[in-house]
Amino acid sequence: MAWFNQLDPTSQFVLLSAAKVVPVAMILLGLVAYTVLAERKICAAMQDRIGPNRAGPFGIWQPISDAVKAFFKEDFTPDHVRKVYFWLAPAIVMIPALLTIAVIPFGSQLGQQKMVIADLNVGVLYTFGIVSLGVYGIVLAGYAANSKYPFMGGIRASAQMISYEIAMGMSVIPVFLMVGDLNLSRVVGSQAGTVAWLPVLPNWTVFQSPMLTLSFAIFLVAAFAETNRLPFDLPEAEQELAGGYNIEYSSIKFALFFMGEYANMIAASAMMVTLFFGGWTLPLFGLDAPATTLFGGLLHIGIFVAKVLVMLVIFIWVRWMWPRFRYDQLMDLGWKRMLPVALANIVVTAAWLWLRA
Amino acid sequence: MIVKRPELSWTERLYLPAIWNGIKVTLRHFLRRKVTMQYPEQRWVVPEGYRGAPYLVRDTEGHTKCVSCQLCEFVCPPKAIRIVPPGPDGPPADRPNAEKMPLEFEINMLRCIFCGFCQEVCPEEAIFLMKDYSLTGTRREEMIYNKEKLLALGGSHQGRIQKWTFKLEEAREQEVFPVKT
Repeated sequence: MAWFNQLDPTSQFVLLSAAKVVPVAMILLGLVAYTVLAERKICAAMQDRIGPNRAGPFGIWQPISDAVKAFFKEDFTPDHVRKVYFWLAPAIVMIPALLTIAVIPFGSQLGQQKMVIADLNVGVLYTFGIVSLGVYGIVLAGYAANSKYPFMGGIRASAQMISYEIAMGMSVIPVFLMVGDLNLSRVVGSQAGTVAWLPVLPNWTVFQSPMLTLSFAIFLVAAFAETNRLPFDLPEAEQELAGGYNIEYSSIKFALFFMGEYANMIAASAMMVTLFFGGWTLPLFGLDAPATTLFGGLLHIGIFVAKVLVMLVIFIWVRWMWPRFRYDQLMDLGWKRMLPVALANIVVTAAWLWLRA
Repeated sequence: MIVKRPELSWTERLYLPAIWNGIKVTLRHFLRRKVTMQYPEQRWVVPEGYRGAPYLVRDTEGHTKCVSCQLCEFVCPPKAIRIVPPGPDGPPADRPNAEKMPLEFEINMLRCIFCGFCQEVCPEEAIFLMKDYSLTGTRREEMIYNKEKLLALGGSHQGRIQKWTFKLEEAREQEVFPVKT
């Protein structure tokens, strides 16, 4: 490592960041592919079917054949689309989904390195900033397609995502009031140990107080709306809009929308795990302190990924369990129920903290 | 008619009972035995009387049963059957009780609608709708089955319907009738 120590700090930082970014991006994209497979298998099981099982044992090579198929299909651009935006939209959907993961602490330490790509002090603000960019890709896709159903999908997406972003943002404020920090690494650090009122449960944010449990409930519902998953998949409402904003897309451009949705799900799951379920910590065998050995570091990453996978299964399960909301019900829930409850939650939490102080 | 729309109770509006029932239903189906059939390996049991692909059959002695009467060609609604009769100078039939047999017999499986009229109309019980249902080919020409292929696929017919066997027995009985007391 002598040559590495001779480098100036900037180069060292760039190299170390690259060493973290590349594997994380690879694992994220692999996880996206396998979430699609998991979705297909789980939905098949719920419908008394088997699901993909031809490509390899239990269909484990299915994502590869799907990807190959997506690349080799004809990339058709209809005559009536607005070409520049048409090409731009899939990328704008995909990029924010990948960028969100940057501030999430996905492990404690490997050697001297903290396992987070960017340990921002305003971590969660960055996340919300990036997440709100995601809607532009969908709106742009709806606009660029220049036909009515995609356009309606785009309109629905903009209204829905902007509405639920407010509830989502409001719902996490109690967490930061309690923790007193916006840095996600320190949010995870504050969740070590067991909870005060029942020492069996881990000291995760959801269990800490009823206000925070309510926060989680609101965040969960808003996360479903933000990722356009059922029961809030109005932008792509298959039966009404024949696919919504992505009708006119084919080949890998369509696949990018698809991957964007799953990457968003993973990002939302990672956010929930970090904010409410203790991130990489586990209150057993001293696993809630930053790791000192290489094995401990890897174990923390494994714990984080396992928690994310559990959240993803919940996302998938809900999709195949629930009917879609009507549009007015969606807006009612967002503006008339969740936003007031989230605001009241902030006030109650603040008042409680003030009384305790 | 007035449809009653009952007011939802407080618990119902809370949505939680619906969630619980949803979990119950999905979990039950999740754990249930799957009904998928692994198609190419595992095949559907074709019921009796199924109308699959029409094939020509041989009789129990291995002779061609078709006598080239062309009734099936005439009755076939989509005109999928084409028969070339031997003509006056053609080869004779390969069995007794028949004057001729077809030189060529073609069924275009792409046109066939599996109606079974050919089987119904055949006076010699020479064509039967069998149980084959997935006919595949890579070219259109492959889907036109000729006489040789149809006979090979049809095999020999072992069923109760043995027209000429019974005719022969009848004839024998008539011959011995006067001697019989």
